[in-house]
Amino acid sequence: MTDQTAGTAERKNGAKLNLRENGMLMALVAIVLFFVIVVRALLGVDFLSAQNITNLFLQNSYVIIMALGMLLVIVAGHIDLSVGSVAAFTGAVSSVLVLNLGWPTLAVIPSVLVIGGLIGAAQGYWIAYWRIPSFIVTLAGMLVFRGLTLWLLGGQNLGPFPKSFQLLSTGFVPDVFALDKPNLTALLVVALAAAVLIWIGWRARKRNEAYGITQEPDALFWLRNLVVTAALIFVGYKLASFRGLPNVLVVMALLIVLYAFFTEATTTGRRVYAIGGNLKAARLSGIKTERLTFLTFVNMGVLAALAGMIVTARLNSATPKAGVGFELDVIAAVFIGGASMSGGSGKIVGVVVGAFIMGVMNNGMSILGIGIDYQQVIKGLVLLAAVIFDVYNKSKS
Amino acid sequence: MGTLLEMRAISKTFPGVRALDHVNLSVQEGEIHALVGENGAGKSTLMKVLSGVYPHGTYEGEIHFSGAEARFAGIHDSESKGIIIIHQELALVPLLSIAENLFLGNEVARGGVINWPETHQRTDRLLAKVGLHEPPTTRVDALGVGKQQLIEIAKALAKDVRLLILDEPTAALQENDSQKLLDLLLELKAQGITSILISHKLNEVSRVADNITVLRDGSTVSTIPRAEITEDRIIRDMVGRDMAHRYPERERNPGQVIMEVKDWNVFHPEHKDRQVIRNVNFTVRKGEIVGIAGLMGSGRTELAMSMFGRSYGRNISGEIRISGRPADCANVAKAIDSGLAYVTEDRKALGLVLEEPIQWNIALANLAGIAANGIINRMKEQDVAEGYRKAMNIRTPSVFQKVVNLSGGNQQKVVLSKWLFTEPKVLILDEPTRGIDVGAKFEIYGLMNRLADEGRAVVMISSEMPELLGMCDRIYVMNEGELVGELSAAEASQERIMSLIVTH
Repeated sequence: MTDQTAGTAERKNGAKLNLRENGMLMALVAIVLFFVIVVRALLGVDFLSAQNITNLFLQNSYVIIMALGMLLVIVAGHIDLSVGSVAAFTGAVSSVLVLNLGWPTLAVIPSVLVIGGLIGAAQGYWIAYWRIPSFIVTLAGMLVFRGLTLWLLGGQNLGPFPKSFQLLSTGFVPDVFALDKPNLTALLVVALAAAVLIWIGWRARKRNEAYGITQEPDALFWLRNLVVTAALIFVGYKLASFRGLPNVLVVMALLIVLYAFFTEATTTGRRVYAIGGNLKAARLSGIKTERLTFLTFVNMGVLAALAGMIVTARLNSATPKAGVGFELDVIAAVFIGGASMSGGSGKIVGVVVGAFIMGVMNNGMSILGIGIDYQQVIKGLVLLAAVIFDVYNKSKS
Repeated sequence: MGTLLEMRAISKTFPGVRALDHVNLSVQEGEIHALVGENGAGKSTLMKVLSGVYPHGTYEGEIHFSGAEARFAGIHDSESKGIIIIHQELALVPLLSIAENLFLGNEVARGGVINWPETHQRTDRLLAKVGLHEPPTTRVDALGVGKQQLIEIAKALAKDVRLLILDEPTAALQENDSQKLLDLLLELKAQGITSILISHKLNEVSRVADNITVLRDGSTVSTIPRAEITEDRIIRDMVGRDMAHRYPERERNPGQVIMEVKDWNVFHPEHKDRQVIRNVNFTVRKGEIVGIAGLMGSGRTELAMSMFGRSYGRNISGEIRISGRPADCANVAKAIDSGLAYVTEDRKALGLVLEEPIQWNIALANLAGIAANGIINRMKEQDVAEGYRKAMNIRTPSVFQKVVNLSGGNQQKVVLSKWLFTEPKVLILDEPTRGIDVGAKFEIYGLMNRLADEGRAVVMISSEMPELLGMCDRIYVMNEGELVGELSAAEASQERIMSLIVTH
């Protein structure tokens, strides 16, 4: 290939990447608008009411939290089918610790996170050091931890939990200004977040410009930021006028930022992508591929435990049926978010958007009273469509 | 006896390369005809033309088989005429039985239902022909390479073979298995089966062949009849070309010894009894380019990879000293820290993450070099990449280009940059110019000279002997896992190297 055509290909790839990322964001916006209109028309209520927005975050937080870890697992070229069972099991463990043994919440949370990490280590060990396919190891884990959950709970629901544990999910950040409504803290935090987002994007843009890198046109950049900022402010305002920022939202947002930073700016994050991109080349570049694979599963276990506690706190009881099918929602979110099945690519931002697409659809269809049968069909088709869109884009280039 | 096969003035061109140039090959009924030549001389291409892998119309010239002109459209065509190739990489399904393999795609069946008794009976008969005494139900993966080779031949016999082509059949075999295979060839010849034997091993060729055709640079050099066969004659015909000035000049002044490898032994990762590298000892000096010559499969890559953080093999023993101190090369990270770098022969599969950009790949083996406290400094990453882009003359519109979009030569420069960024003392380059065009080759040679001038040591593994002769200060010759000779630049010649290999 001559340099000339290579250059054109590069620019096209860049444009396509933007098309994909922006495309998914636009799809999310379109889906939200669709439900706003349809819910208004059919039921006469506001889809984006403060209550429902709060619900959206509470319902989807655990999927997003696990999807962060799942992205790393999938980028490294693996899969984890056990996360639903692990979340259920760790939820059950937390209930036993709190209710049967009377541990304080502040001791339970770190202990359960450690247990999650150990579960991840137990699975990651076989995958990383014995090269047993992750599909098989985590399929076994899925069965094992579901069984252990049943055993631990004796087939019963355990609950209710003390207030301190429930705060994990249903708590809200108190307003430091102690005004009634709107909640000024929530507004300020959201405004600050929006400002930081724009600043980071703008700085990266300036830097790219300085290095003469081709990038999206100004108009597109500002349009996207406008949409995102408007959405953030709107959501912030709604939350502020209801009960403020849910604790879960804060935890989730911090984790998103942390994982975005980890995947894009750290050497360890970079190495995970190298493993998935070309395992042999990564190994020959001095990357300790086994250890890193092991650690991605440990990380996944910790996040599954966190999600397990949040779900338990939200339901206010540990149940043997908790987390059934979570792994599918989580994996679907990662693939809708643009990760590659063969590993090596995928972004945190994409995963979050992917998770929200699934979440908004779950929520919207439930409000409309669409049966669980149709819901499954529609979600399945959306997943398929997103991946076909990807493959189609790639085959065109 | 008449002529069975006549290939006349076969020419085959790939974009930018003339792989075959008016090649003639004439094979008599009932003979064993050997085809010899260096790697890249055109043997495989010629056989692909013959078997229809390159169908009629994609080459020039004529093929006459059994008295009629043959225009094969594909492998099925040539197989139906009785021309069967047994490739170097065996095409058996390891998890199926001998009988299942023999009749794969050609099952003894009625209406899709397999007749097992007859299958097994026929298998027994075929196995007897090739002198293999194994039950037909034995799984192929339970057999050694030598026996698998025999099954391939039995498979050919099952198809009414008229011309059997064996591509390097003994390359992976132990000495006594090779002898058995050659005996079998002679026996098949007695039964009237004609065969073409492609081989590097001149002692084998001169033992069984009735005629030898020598190819060089895509042309027929000679066809030597049985009476005139000597190894000297074959070697002369194989390599007899003059060396053009294809290599940049360099002042040679090696310094003190920087790397020393002592008593290096390596065993095969799967077959633990098979020793792949045997008692290898060698040294490399500062500012020196040392070559390792040898045929494919002689253990050069295995030597390099086993040294580089034990990336190949098991039960590795021996010592590597770098700058006079024992170097810990227990894993790749430690080998890199000790000052070793290995540029793989397969840059796409082992050297690059193709879907990632240039600057990403360059930093991969030394991420600490662009990061502080584990956080990547993108500015630095880019500056480093821009620096190498200029120094190595990587032709690309930007360092954000995905490496998959680069040409082979530019990809190789990215790999070299990646390893230079680890600040190595010793660079092992495995087939550094494979698959890149002549201009880029010259650039790579220039870069190698520059590295040597900077005081680094370069170990160059290559199958192209002219390249080794043109570039190296010293050449070690490797064969079957051992270093069988060491030649200084002054004493080295293709004939000397070849005769070290074949007489070993």
